[in-house]
Amino acid sequence: MANLTWDEILRTLERMLGASVTTLELFGFTLLFALPLGLLVSFGRMSKVKPLRWAIQLYLLIMRGTPLMIQLIFFWFVLPAKSILPDSFSDQTCRLIVAIVAFSLNYAAYFAEIYRSGIEGVPSGQREAASVLGFSRGQTFFHVVLPQVVKRILPPMGNEFMTLVKDTSLAQVIAVAEMTWLAGKIQASMVSIFPVVVAAMFYLMMNAVVSKCFSVAEKRLSYYH
Amino acid sequence: MNVLSANHIVKSFGKTTVLKNISFEVKRGEVLSVIGPSGSGKSTLLRCCTLLERVDSGNIVYGDLPMVQTGEHGKGIYSPGPVLQQIRRHFGLVFQNFNLFPHMSVLRNITEAPIRVAGQSREEAESRARALLSDMGLSDKERAYPCELSGGQQQRVAIARAMALQPDILFFDEPTSALDPELTGEILKVIRKLAEARMTMVVVTHEMAFARDVSDRVIFMDSGVIVEQGDPKQVIEHPKSERTRTFLSRFNGI
Repeated sequence: MANLTWDEILRTLERMLGASVTTLELFGFTLLFALPLGLLVSFGRMSKVKPLRWAIQLYLLIMRGTPLMIQLIFFWFVLPAKSILPDSFSDQTCRLIVAIVAFSLNYAAYFAEIYRSGIEGVPSGQREAASVLGFSRGQTFFHVVLPQVVKRILPPMGNEFMTLVKDTSLAQVIAVAEMTWLAGKIQASMVSIFPVVVAAMFYLMMNAVVSKCFSVAEKRLSYYH
Repeated sequence: MNVLSANHIVKSFGKTTVLKNISFEVKRGEVLSVIGPSGSGKSTLLRCCTLLERVDSGNIVYGDLPMVQTGEHGKGIYSPGPVLQQIRRHFGLVFQNFNLFPHMSVLRNITEAPIRVAGQSREEAESRARALLSDMGLSDKERAYPCELSGGQQQRVAIARAMALQPDILFFDEPTSALDPELTGEILKVIRKLAEARMTMVVVTHEMAFARDVSDRVIFMDSGVIVEQGDPKQVIEHPKSERTRTFLSRFNGI
């Protein structure tokens, strides 16, 4: 690193900053889609309709049983992204969108099982009390069950969020220009480990923020147990 | 006038028949105690009356609203959802383990259903909730959370929560079984006060002295049938059936 000029360091940081936006987009959009999708999947997993439950179990097995990296390659080759998406979208945008689709489907599977553990962990007496008071199923879920689920699933969700931060680096297999992909490219051309260290620091800081958010949330919900 | 009449209730879990042709009614202003050994079907009976379990066959009617009626093929046919929802407004239930909503303050535990289900305004619901809390001696606890209260206090909040919807009939499912003797007295006092105010109540209990002194009528259940029922002093002090006598002999000093 000692033989890098200030100019090279600054230019590297500038380029990496651009790639960090892609990493953040991949992270943010995956959560945006996977969090609600996971809830729907968990409902399907707990459904009384057997065929639906089996279909969801198969989906969970495939998503959790095969490498995310292979899923990314699969979706990039199988989804005719370029013919579906508008022509105005750049090659990079198409790649990012496919990555978001693959990540969302993959993470929804993990989120679904976490939701399920949280929902099944709420004592049945809570639903019974709500039922006797005349709450509808929707009211019972959103006002009685869900708030308690949120508190219960914060620790495992924190794990998943932090894993997701690091997993975004897998998108490089379909050449999404995120942090790790760019760090690898610059490292090869500069013959320096510096960009890789920058990327590592970025993930570390991002996860420090995620971890802090979760401990704040846990504290906020500690007024009851 | 009957607030509730139940006829020929049959309920099985798998191959075990838990309620075998149970009939009883509750008159307005009456306190009915249901006693009997564990597993006799007392709690299941309450759960059937409060729609937490569905009967296999039989009739249950609240006032003039039928909840379930035996159809042609001998199976219980439940009234449509809106009728059941209307019936839910007629009863309240107090659980053995309180089942307060842990994430809501005491006040919100009580106002949540009046606001969301009965459509009361927040002001209306809160002023009624405060009156109930003051009856329960818990005026200073409205901002507390259930986990900050003793078992007896939690159960009093649960009673206030059930009363907030102004039910015609209040069911208690072993309301003191999770409490120590001191707190038990606290809850029995509250129920006694409600009885004095002519609240219609059905109390499943193991407190024989309470059943004898507070209720107007006692039902003794065993293995899914009503073995004996009638005047509390007669049933508890001079039971006619051998089974009742054996059961009661285990309670000393009443």
